[in-house]
Amino acid sequence: MAETIAQRIQNDIDTNPVMLYMKGSALFPQCGFSARVVQILNHTGVPFQTANVLEDAELRQGIKDFTNWPTVPQLYVKGEFVGGCDIVTEMFQTGELEKLFEEKGIVSASA
Amino acid sequence: MDRIGRAIRAHLSPSLIEIEDDSGRHAGHSGMRGAAAGGETHFNVLVVSTAFDGLARVQRSRLVHDLLAPEFASGLHALSLTLRTPAEQARIAGA
Repeated sequence: MAETIAQRIQNDIDTNPVMLYMKGSALFPQCGFSARVVQILNHTGVPFQTANVLEDAELRQGIKDFTNWPTVPQLYVKGEFVGGCDIVTEMFQTGELEKLFEEKGIVSASA
Repeated sequence: MDRIGRAIRAHLSPSLIEIEDDSGRHAGHSGMRGAAAGGETHFNVLVVSTAFDGLARVQRSRLVHDLLAPEFASGLHALSLTLRTPAEQARIAGA
């Protein structure tokens, strides 16, 4: 049986401790908001996986429906939705993002 | 842009609201294709309201997204939200 888009997303966020749905790739983001989240994640040094919604129309709509969130990027940590660019940026600025990674046992690759 | 302000004012009774049309900075980008006349698709919005008291960030944003669901359906593409309670705003403004 074909995997539904929701199953695929659930599997992604279960398998990858830090999973970012974005436009473009970590190396070549194709949207300023996605680029900013990648920059923040790179700065924190945690390993993360990305999925490019621009390469997959089903995923582009599917992730919005799955999260009930109208925009991309979307960051998941240990299967939980953290937020989009605004929330991730704010959490980074206040130190909450790194605290969240610590609490969830996600260790910076450079540490 | 007016519709965004109206929906937020009607439902959240904000003590402060600022809306900035940021669409110009995104001209030519794929999100602008098929945009309604006027091409208003990217906004930065600051809302200070007691409606956010006790709500986590994601919940605050969901509240605003729900109010603006019709705008998302009709071409609103990106919405940058800064959502604060009056107490948080006072702390930030006073800092």
